[in-house]
Amino acid sequence: MSVQEIYDARHGEKGGYLTGATGEWELIIGMEVHAQISSKAKLFSGSPADFGGEPNEHVSLVDAAMPGMLPVINEFCVAQAVRTGLGLNAQINLRSVFDRKNYFYPDLPQGYQISQFTYPVVGRGEVRVDLPDGGVRVVRIERLHLEQDAGKSLHDQHPSMSYVDLNRSGVALMEIVSQPDIRSAEEATLYLEKLRTILRYLGTCDGNMQEGSMRADINVSVRKPGRPLGTRCEIKNINSMRFIRQAIEYEARRQIEILEEGGSIHQETRLYDQVKGETRSMRSKEESHDYRYFPDPDLLPLEFTQAWVDDIAKGLPELPDAKKARFMSAYGLSAYDASILVADRETAEYFEQVAKGRDAKMAANWVITNLYGALNEAGLTIQTSLVSAAALGRLLDLLADQTLSGRLAKDVFEIMFSSGGDPEAIVLERGLKQVTDTGAIDAAIDAVMAANPDKVAEVKGGKDRLLGWFVGQVMKSTGGKANPQMLNDALRQKFGL
Amino acid sequence: MSVDTDTVRRIAKLARLAIADEMLEPMAKELNIILGWAEQLNEVDTGSVEPMTSAAQTALKKRSDIVTDGHMQEAVLRNAPLTEHGFFVVPKVVE
Repeated sequence: MSVQEIYDARHGEKGGYLTGATGEWELIIGMEVHAQISSKAKLFSGSPADFGGEPNEHVSLVDAAMPGMLPVINEFCVAQAVRTGLGLNAQINLRSVFDRKNYFYPDLPQGYQISQFTYPVVGRGEVRVDLPDGGVRVVRIERLHLEQDAGKSLHDQHPSMSYVDLNRSGVALMEIVSQPDIRSAEEATLYLEKLRTILRYLGTCDGNMQEGSMRADINVSVRKPGRPLGTRCEIKNINSMRFIRQAIEYEARRQIEILEEGGSIHQETRLYDQVKGETRSMRSKEESHDYRYFPDPDLLPLEFTQAWVDDIAKGLPELPDAKKARFMSAYGLSAYDASILVADRETAEYFEQVAKGRDAKMAANWVITNLYGALNEAGLTIQTSLVSAAALGRLLDLLADQTLSGRLAKDVFEIMFSSGGDPEAIVLERGLKQVTDTGAIDAAIDAVMAANPDKVAEVKGGKDRLLGWFVGQVMKSTGGKANPQMLNDALRQKFGL
Repeated sequence: MSVDTDTVRRIAKLARLAIADEMLEPMAKELNIILGWAEQLNEVDTGSVEPMTSAAQTALKKRSDIVTDGHMQEAVLRNAPLTEHGFFVVPKVVE
């Protein structure tokens, strides 16, 4: 945890407590997110910053900390940090300072990490987290600073030795530190998802947790509601939403148990064991906690002008919160639907193409329920989907002009989803056009009635609910193509209902 | 400000320096002499002086986001006592 004041913004707030043997406990969470800056070259050298590569190929003599090598800052990485700060509505510091954070580890060849301690490039801001009930939870950002990533150690390649790959060494990171404004494991993942959405909109981090472009350190403490903040433990370097939830839940339970047995929590760094599903103490880190920060004598203070910041601000895209507000006011969507559609830029653009000139709520429903449902099931994304926005739009047109019933539209959608294609062509090819000819529907009803005189008698005797059976039979005989509303009306008429 | 032998032991450990127990006391003495000497600077009133960040009055040099370096695995590994498959190899360090 860096230097920061901790304010307890949600003191006295009720609800959402955990229950222990001695009553209710409030869970308090703050997060430090490490986001890898999207850039071509590293923060202080001209080596490639992209993921992968043969071991130690993306390494210069600067990254390997050879004697006499000096860091020269990548201006684009600074611009990316400023862009992110603007996206978080944060204070941008025109002057900031790089410090050395000293510790020894084989994948840190310098023996220190260049970071920012007392004077970060970005100060206080906020993230507005969208909750499932449509509400918003504001999580305050304390700071964002620039720092170098370390290399990577592989421990499973050799029985007694570790392998070190410095490809990541020196890659630019943004550490984004929140205030302890998060109150549950669910809020923690929603916060991280929202932060990732903002970074992706800005193009400052790809947010890929599997490749390690985004990692979270989580500070967890518990307290009796209304009491002062308890002692926190930091869980290091978790890189999946699921593990974040599990680690927080485990850690909260562990702390509650200790406190309820009369023990006390020691401030420490803990690791989450994904296999055992528990956190454990990282004893080796205890002694290294004294990082002895001091200003890096190799680097002058980082200074830029307000005009440069204003230029970056001009280039910002419409951000998720603004887009959500626009979707609600311009399209009449609910807060929840709007927040789902803006969760990534591609989906938002897709939706707007489908909605253009059409019933926006219907478009939202189709994108969220049908398309998303199918994509999730198939493990696809909107970019890899075979259904283009234009094609989905034409399908909605066929629905609007009654060519297709809702049911038939779903059938056509399934065909489009699995093999692509144009909805009109699919309708023609497969003869899926809805039957809206009253004569044809009447004839189909008559045929079913003629074949089932006993059932007809039952309905006439008052068994109204058998009507559904007739609907089913007529649908079957018309291959599901009868317009359901017309069929219903016609049936009721036949029975005089 | 002065340091005791425990502080010297801790600093030595953080700096990965092996200092024998019998050397702690003399080391603390020496460090205290150095610290005392540096502390004389506190006698100067610097309240109205901006901290000096560099001897040269220049701005921080910046580079463009262009890949100009790397791809020198052999050179990077050349001084390492042990390498394998392009990796540095070090005694096992596991959390």
